[in-house]
Amino acid sequence: MIKDVSALLAAHPVFAGMASDRLDFVAGCGWNVQFLAGEAIFRFGEHADRFFMLRSGTVSIEIRPPTGPTHRIETLGAGEVLGWSWLYPPYTWQFDARAMTDVRATAFDGTCLRDKCEQDPSLGYELMKRFARVVTARLQATRLQLLDVYGTPG
Amino acid sequence: MLPRPYRVLARRVDTRDTVTLELAPVRDRQAHRLAAPHGRSRPGQFNMLYAFGVGEIPISVSGDAADRGRLVHTIRSVGAVSEALCRLRPGDELGVRGPFGTAWPVAEAEGQDVVIVAGGIGLAPLRPALYHLLAQRERYGHVSLLYGARRPEEMLYVDELKRWRSRLDLDVLVTVDKATENWRGAVGFVTTLVRRAEMAAGSAVAMVCGPELMMRYAAAELLGRGMAAERVHVSLERNMKCGLGLCGHCQLGPSFVCRDGPVFSFASVRDLLQTPEV
Repeated sequence: MIKDVSALLAAHPVFAGMASDRLDFVAGCGWNVQFLAGEAIFRFGEHADRFFMLRSGTVSIEIRPPTGPTHRIETLGAGEVLGWSWLYPPYTWQFDARAMTDVRATAFDGTCLRDKCEQDPSLGYELMKRFARVVTARLQATRLQLLDVYGTPG
Repeated sequence: MLPRPYRVLARRVDTRDTVTLELAPVRDRQAHRLAAPHGRSRPGQFNMLYAFGVGEIPISVSGDAADRGRLVHTIRSVGAVSEALCRLRPGDELGVRGPFGTAWPVAEAEGQDVVIVAGGIGLAPLRPALYHLLAQRERYGHVSLLYGARRPEEMLYVDELKRWRSRLDLDVLVTVDKATENWRGAVGFVTTLVRRAEMAAGSAVAMVCGPELMMRYAAAELLGRGMAAERVHVSLERNMKCGLGLCGHCQLGPSFVCRDGPVFSFASVRDLLQTPEV
């Protein structure tokens, strides 16, 4: 199981090039999960103690206003990382995540990883750098969404 | 240089502000013969469309370049001339000059994977390239269409997109910036689709069309996947007047977009696209 997850991680851009002992360590904090279409994966405000590597299916990142319809901000699919709030204080989810289709994923225990990062700052720095890439890519895509570039010029 | 008279055969409303017109040459009233047939366009080229009494603007050919019997143009109403063109009805006449400009590198792409990235109305100039790829499907490797629009109701050619999605030899990935509640597809900027596209990045060819900012970031994503800038092609838009590279209105650095473009390799325009006021 660990070797399977290590191979999955090694093939992913976020973990590409990571030393095999570290990959095995991260893989040791992982387990496979499934969600049915429509099922909540996490909700805004809940404790963020994990992240997911999506293996199949589609996940919607959403925000629910007090009244009116839910706003779908982004969708993620196979090969993408879901969740980074486990790595940054206050360790609470900032949005809702819901399975739009049946989803298969590998979940990783963020609390366990954070503890290891405290003990091994070099690992912590490496994970921070790698997840910062995910965060900045999402931030950039969100900025472009906000620019509304398809709007009427002028 | 003179516009030839064409008549609107059919008009289809694509979105709130966009229509597609099918055009055919008008019979010459004095000589009782058809006006000189329009030269065959290559995918990516454009015509100057003249709304009589209003003005003339460049509009990309959006129909099948192999179809010699009619011209197809998709027009978004964003100004006086485009608004006048969008108001035309079957039977109305307009002037046509062209075709002008460079084409998508469909011949160079033979034997390779092809990634088409379209944003908003940018799908219109790419549609002839896709028709060509699908007509000669066996000559190409993996073909992907990545299409982003602002909202689901602002997507072009929805019926065709559905047909293309049902093909086993074409990957169609669609995303919108803002989803409505009943939208079941992807949400996010079109650049997010690039990382999901299947391709041999070292040899694939990309054709990108949409707002300039979208093309710049889409190209960056493609380069991030390992593509060379020479293999990424973009279609640019500037204020074109003559269509022949004579008047200078559409100058972009050392090039005239009407003559040397609209299709350029990203390598040749990358620096210019980041230069203010060019």
